[in-house]
Amino acid sequence: MTGFLKFVKKETLHIVRDSRTMLIALLMPVVQILLFGFAISTEVNNVNVAVVVPKWDEQIRQSVNKLSANPYITYKGDINEREIDQYLRSGKVDAIVVFAHDFDRLMAQWKQHGHGKAAMQLVMDASNTNTAQAGAGYLNNILAGELMQSNALVETHMLFNPQMKSAFNFVPGIMGMIFILICAMLTSVAIVREKETGTMDVLLVSPVRPLTIILAKMTPYFILSCINLTTILLLARFVLGIPMTGNLGSIIIVSIVYLMLSLALGLLISTIAKQQIVALLISAAVMLMPIVMLSGMMFPIENMPAVLKPVSAIVPARWYIDAMRRLMIQGASFSLILKDFIILVVMTIALLAIALKNFNDKLE
Amino acid sequence: MSSTDYIIQVKDLTKQFGAFTAVDHITFEVHRGEIFGFLGANGAGKTTAMRMLCGLSYPTSGSGTVAGFDVVKQGEKIKRHIGYMSQRFSLYDDLTVMENMELFGGIYGVKSRDLKDRATALLQKLDFSEERDTLVSALPLGWKQKLAFAVATLHRPEIVFLDEPTGGVDPITRRQFWEMIYQAANEGTTIFVTTHYMDEAEYCNRISMMVDGKIKALDTPAQLKKTFNATSMDEVFRILARDAKRNT
Amino acid sequence: MASNKAIEVKGISKSYGAVKALDHVSLEVRQGEIFGLIGPDGAGKTTLFKILVTLLNADEGSALVDGLDIVKDYRAIRSRVGYMPGKFSLYPDLTIEENMEFFATLFGVTVEQNYDLVAPIYKQIEPFKKRRAGRLSGGMKQKLALSCALIHKPSVLFLDEPTTGVDAVSRSEFWDMLHNLREQGLSILVSTPYMDEASRCDRIALCNTGHILDIDSPQHMVEKFDGNLYGIKAHDMYALLKDLRNSPEIANCYTAGEYHHLLAKQGFDPDKLRQNLLAQGHAQVEIKTITPDIEDVFIKLLSNEQH
Repeated sequence: MTGFLKFVKKETLHIVRDSRTMLIALLMPVVQILLFGFAISTEVNNVNVAVVVPKWDEQIRQSVNKLSANPYITYKGDINEREIDQYLRSGKVDAIVVFAHDFDRLMAQWKQHGHGKAAMQLVMDASNTNTAQAGAGYLNNILAGELMQSNALVETHMLFNPQMKSAFNFVPGIMGMIFILICAMLTSVAIVREKETGTMDVLLVSPVRPLTIILAKMTPYFILSCINLTTILLLARFVLGIPMTGNLGSIIIVSIVYLMLSLALGLLISTIAKQQIVALLISAAVMLMPIVMLSGMMFPIENMPAVLKPVSAIVPARWYIDAMRRLMIQGASFSLILKDFIILVVMTIALLAIALKNFNDKLE
Repeated sequence: MSSTDYIIQVKDLTKQFGAFTAVDHITFEVHRGEIFGFLGANGAGKTTAMRMLCGLSYPTSGSGTVAGFDVVKQGEKIKRHIGYMSQRFSLYDDLTVMENMELFGGIYGVKSRDLKDRATALLQKLDFSEERDTLVSALPLGWKQKLAFAVATLHRPEIVFLDEPTGGVDPITRRQFWEMIYQAANEGTTIFVTTHYMDEAEYCNRISMMVDGKIKALDTPAQLKKTFNATSMDEVFRILARDAKRNT
Repeated sequence: MASNKAIEVKGISKSYGAVKALDHVSLEVRQGEIFGLIGPDGAGKTTLFKILVTLLNADEGSALVDGLDIVKDYRAIRSRVGYMPGKFSLYPDLTIEENMEFFATLFGVTVEQNYDLVAPIYKQIEPFKKRRAGRLSGGMKQKLALSCALIHKPSVLFLDEPTTGVDAVSRSEFWDMLHNLREQGLSILVSTPYMDEASRCDRIALCNTGHILDIDSPQHMVEKFDGNLYGIKAHDMYALLKDLRNSPEIANCYTAGEYHHLLAKQGFDPDKLRQNLLAQGHAQVEIKTITPDIEDVFIKLLSNEQH
């Protein structure tokens, strides 16, 4: 056992002395969480709106008042019809509401028959589709509500994430990514480095079992990841204010399974790659890309083309991110994420088996 | 002897890295057309000195010329007028023999019409004509090194720097390589070579020995053996490097 | 089990795809001798080492190391051999001391336990034990790597090109260390591309492109050199070489430093050659008989083979 601990000590020294990598490994989660939490957000906080009104009347005035009173909308005043293009192009406004010149007549028609010609037009800067869609949604809600003036208006409630804060969604995604980065990428690079420098030869030509070598290599990265898990959870709770209504124990257990899965992946990569750069590329191409594209971190799985859905099912991060969303944001109980958990456990065992089979104690 | 007979002439050339003096006031000359061996222990400062001579690094102090250009001010010009080959890198493995020649000829500004003639002539001389479209990776190590030397002299430089050019090759190839060097020297090219094989030192017209950043001895192999009362260059080297402080 | 052979190799072959790295190689290393595997890059030295230290499997053939079969008993072999791979396999980010401790742990021993064996070597670098291995000079790295390979008191030592890229002084010191180790009963298999190191071995195998040209003691190999070897020099060494190649009574001729070496055929007369050369316009012609060295032997074996 002391031999094993000495081995772990050596690995720890490698990590600690490579201070740049260690700093990156420890700061990356913090930076990413803060970045996604504050700087990069896909929700629309502020839509700049101008109006074109050929003929003011009381009804229009009320609509415009409603617009300017909305906290997510900044009212930029009324402009001339000919200025529409210039205002949008210059970026002065994101949207322009154009009221029809016979607005009152069209409205009356609506009220009478429940249908008719559009009484207003929404012109949007759609160069950023996300902002445009969200903005259009807001404006439609406000203006249609005004238009209908009835209680029959469908009331939409945003559940779980009432302000649709994107950080809530991104935190599990970041977790899914960071653990893969640290456990799989750094571990595989660390193992392959020994192959490159030739020290692996010396390790193998010693009575130490390959399993010991591997476990000792993984231990410090596992610990590093646990530190990161703690940082992320603390940041999520106290800085981003994610409610974390789910059971903390469940979050930790599922995360630890995912950490082991990542370590197994890293080991598998190290058995394939002979150079550090290859290990790095495989990690990036085979793991990071699918995590970002296919795990549901960025793009909802439901919206994926049918061919990609089964592919996303083999991306481990998909199940982890799903479980984390449910536990952290929805406050689901463990039984609800049982499916995710079982899939992760099975994947871990399978990967570990393949990796250990591939990592034999010869060079071939 | 007039200064034009020297292809390299340096005075008090020094390179410092912080408090560490890698090359410490070296002064020497290399005659046009000679084979000059540049020897020294690991860490003696050989590589640093050679980098300065090749225009790859600025001296901290001192002065000198290589191929008629100032080592302090005209590093770029020096680079264009010398040939360089090292054991570590010489040719691109994933290009063919001809592609390598075209590339390096192009880098050194050989006109494409001249290049074709020269490359064909060189390949003929080396008996490589059949391999012109072979990938360099498919050639045996010895061939690669001969080819690398040919490529390094494609632009007909007045001086070629060879950094441990014969590491790991078999004795026959090593000898063939030296034959090429003799031939080039015979045609007037100056050869500046570093090596770890002490017997190769005997091939050189003159040899300098660097120890701890300084040139400790410079003479013909025969004269050096006489001075140090030694039977081989290996012995001379050991006598000189024994007191080196840098390489414990 | 008791055997006076440290290593017995019988007909080992190994291919990488179409390339035959080793072609039916057989050799024996006796207990307590320094056996040199001498040949250029591509001779198969490293492959043979990796097979013998059980890192690679041979395609064909068998071998015993310290009386143990390299296939069946590979685990037992691993605790008995010391192995220093081609590149100095140390951790550059660990200090001298940390490297030593780690390699001791690897074999379940402590540095103190076997200090006596490594002391003569390790003492030279011990004053710098807090320095990281990456910042050591070539000679110091070499000493540290050897210390690490010795720390578990192996019975057979495998040193794969330990002197490559190291200057002549360090190389010479290194061989002195190996001789000290041999005195302590260690059997050593060492490979090198430097032919001049052959004389430091008890016996050598000259090898090239995967097969062995000859095995013998270096002295005997030189003694049995069959042919008359001359050294020759003149003012213009390159023209001399070209002219010598055209002489019918010369079997082979090659550069060798201050003198060219020439291997004479039957009925060669040095005086006649001198006259001829002077007539051809050569100046300062000097011819002398010389005793061959290992390189001459190697060149002869290789050119015999190529014909």
